[in-house]
Amino acid sequence: MTYAVAQAAAILATALFIFSLYWMNDPKTARHAVVAGVSGMLVAVLATWFQPEIVHHGWIVLAIVAGFVVGVPLSLVPLTAVPQRTALSHAFGGLAAGLVGAAEYFLGLTEHPAQLTAFRMSAIVAEVILGFLTFTGSLMAAGKLQEVKWIPQRPVTYPGQNVVNIGVLVVAVALGVVVVMHPAAAWSARVFYGIVGLAVLFGVLLIIPIGGADMPTVISILNSYAGLSAVAMGFVLNNKLLVTAGALDGSSGLILSIIMCRAMNRSFTNVLFGAFGTVQKTVAVGEQKAWKQETVEGAAQLLEQASLVVVIPGYGMAVAQAQHKVRELYDQLTKRGITVKFAIHPVAGRMPGHMNVLLAEANIPYTALVEMEEINPDMPQCDVALVIGANDVVNPAARYAKGSPIYGMPIIDADKAKTVLAIKRSKNPGFAGIDNELYVQDNTWMLFGDAKAVIGDLVKQLASGSGIH
Amino acid sequence: MIDGLLTVQTAAAEPAGDYWSMLFVFVLATFIGLGVIRRVSRLLYTPLMSLTNAISAIAVVGSIAVTGAEYPAAIRVLGGIALFASMTNIVSGFLITDRMLKMFKKQ
Repeated sequence: MTYAVAQAAAILATALFIFSLYWMNDPKTARHAVVAGVSGMLVAVLATWFQPEIVHHGWIVLAIVAGFVVGVPLSLVPLTAVPQRTALSHAFGGLAAGLVGAAEYFLGLTEHPAQLTAFRMSAIVAEVILGFLTFTGSLMAAGKLQEVKWIPQRPVTYPGQNVVNIGVLVVAVALGVVVVMHPAAAWSARVFYGIVGLAVLFGVLLIIPIGGADMPTVISILNSYAGLSAVAMGFVLNNKLLVTAGALDGSSGLILSIIMCRAMNRSFTNVLFGAFGTVQKTVAVGEQKAWKQETVEGAAQLLEQASLVVVIPGYGMAVAQAQHKVRELYDQLTKRGITVKFAIHPVAGRMPGHMNVLLAEANIPYTALVEMEEINPDMPQCDVALVIGANDVVNPAARYAKGSPIYGMPIIDADKAKTVLAIKRSKNPGFAGIDNELYVQDNTWMLFGDAKAVIGDLVKQLASGSGIH
Repeated sequence: MIDGLLTVQTAAAEPAGDYWSMLFVFVLATFIGLGVIRRVSRLLYTPLMSLTNAISAIAVVGSIAVTGAEYPAAIRVLGGIALFASMTNIVSGFLITDRMLKMFKKQ
């Protein structure tokens, strides 16, 4: 009877999870997704809790309460910190899988060695490797995103890095094979500790060579690993709900990784094993042309005379927390009957969809947010392209400069607009260390300064001049 | 070779059908996942990630089983930590997803 209840609950929860993801296809229905997800989770937790094998309740209550105590504040972080939070939650997911895998192994070792079958043991090894490498890898990623002091922000590379990384993984897997073949020998536990240690190390090594601009891809890959570690847990515990929910998460991470890789014209292996830092500085773009700087008054005038303005936001907008000022600018312009669109590059920001969330937070209607493929055909009709803290996603070198690290990456055709206004914090090149010739084009005017301050000045200028127009 | 004997014994004890059905479920669920996720609005990739995070914290089910059963204390401690980690993901994942989705307005 309890078995039937548990199975029925698992089927119901799976269905609810699938509906939850299905409703994410439109912002209008998306909030149902949370209701469905929470319901599925509730059903699953209660059905498991009331199984007769569960006899100790104190620790369960304690852990759940602790989860709320930590989880609620984590859900209230500012939206610019969402990438870190996401990475941190991948770390928690990996940790949970790794610990349950270890618990199952030691349980089998001390109580029922016969249950450590080759299949089960393989699943445990997969769960532990995936779980612990996701744990430390995601912690490192979160640390880099949060700009924690003792974690280097810049990609760290050294000769033979790929050999070392792959070597560590190969040794971990080889030890895994040994433990699968001899799960209960006198020395097996030590080999198992070795696997855990190598997985922990591999997670760290994997993220060290990753720079900020690769974070959207890396977070998506770690998302996938976290899902797969839940799948492996399902195999270990013979639990189909874990397998289905983990597979949904894994495939979500996979699709996002593919989209991010395509948006950077790079392969998975290239992201993970080809640190950007190594291919820098191969291109010098023709003769050095000079910037042309524009005043706030001049820029405001340009904007006022436009009929189509396309705003291209990048990570710089997030860093400057400029999204609310952008909304004020949006109001000023739309008030004048100017069409304002936001062109969103898939890898703008530090995680998939990052810009959309920031702009939505500032109450910009999502109908004004347009994808790169959709906006590009309209760019020649665009009067002013306003680039806010974006760099590589508008660099025309991506189209032709073969030696450039961003060669082949699809970009937003800002350079095809009639006029380009670019707000930039400093005169330094972007993360890839290459010059952006967009900034020295004949029709480009630069506004140097903090994005929030510059846009604030623009808004003031437009507000005070609105009577004249 | 005691180890060898053990492997032979345990191998014989495996009910092979079960594992195949698990793999079957995994493959089907992956295809459903790919089909459903492909249709997710591009606007919503950030909330999608926090939502799938919360959903994959279904690991909570395994953690409860390890924490609450009649097992040695050391093993239950591991389960308890895993349960705490999963629960944190469930709570923060669903809450922040809803918080973000609330912000997406048409006008």
